[in-house]
Amino acid sequence: MSGTSSLRNFATLRAIAALASGLLFGLGLSMAQMTNPDKVLNFLDLAGQWDPSLLLVLGGAVLLSTLGYALVFKRGTPVWERQFHLPLARSIDRPLLIGSALFGIGWGLCGYCPGPAIASLGFGNPEALWVVPSIIAGAALQRHYRQTADID
Amino acid sequence: MTSFTALHALIGGLLIGSSAVLLLWLNGRIAGVTGMLTGLLVKPSNSPLWRLLFLLGLVGGCALYGLFAPTPQRQGFSPLLLIAAGLLTGYGTAQANGCTSGHGVCGLARLSLRSLVATATFLGLAIATTFVLRHLLGLAP
Repeated sequence: MSGTSSLRNFATLRAIAALASGLLFGLGLSMAQMTNPDKVLNFLDLAGQWDPSLLLVLGGAVLLSTLGYALVFKRGTPVWERQFHLPLARSIDRPLLIGSALFGIGWGLCGYCPGPAIASLGFGNPEALWVVPSIIAGAALQRHYRQTADID
Repeated sequence: MTSFTALHALIGGLLIGSSAVLLLWLNGRIAGVTGMLTGLLVKPSNSPLWRLLFLLGLVGGCALYGLFAPTPQRQGFSPLLLIAAGLLTGYGTAQANGCTSGHGVCGLARLSLRSLVATATFLGLAIATTFVLRHLLGLAP
């Protein structure tokens, strides 16, 4: 079997992997209660009755993925794909800083970042019906005004 | 008020981390929700399927968990605030090419300085915004 045709056969496996990975992500967010915006805001509110839960969520996620990524990169290639698809941008520039600042303000206003907002559609959270279309509209506006580099 | 749920938070975080590792290991992809959403709807890419499936899995995983443990739902939060927050989040994450998942988890795991700066920036601004809203303006619960 040639490399190309075996990679084509991997398309189904890659689709299954993407779905499984999304499922794990959704389960993780739910178990960590990151789909509860009060929980998130109470983490961000250092001056209030601080809830440190999110620190452990982020800490656990970063720790495991840092170790896992190091092992995966050591392999050289992914299992069911020819190569890694990684972000090309490296520069720390104004668009990065301003964009991240705007996102931070949005996150602090309502307690939803994009992942939990989309996941919350899964339990019929009416707030997600406002937030998710607004996120898409905001991203479309950004696309309209600026072109930014993206991963392939 | 919410209480510190250490065990659930840690297990949830490890699940998120394993999701990111799985996607890179098998598919060579970054588990960034912003990139998937924009790659699917805003800047159409030539491989939309995996992005769609991941996002469907994300919704499905949350739905599945909800069958066993319902998430408390906030009541009476202003839709205008939700819309404003969503617009800022969408614009900002599209411009920064990443959000909490892409920069905050996967970027840090790749030891990317760019992602570290992005994460520090959005986390700092989110903390400041919450402070202004709750303690200076007395708005929001």
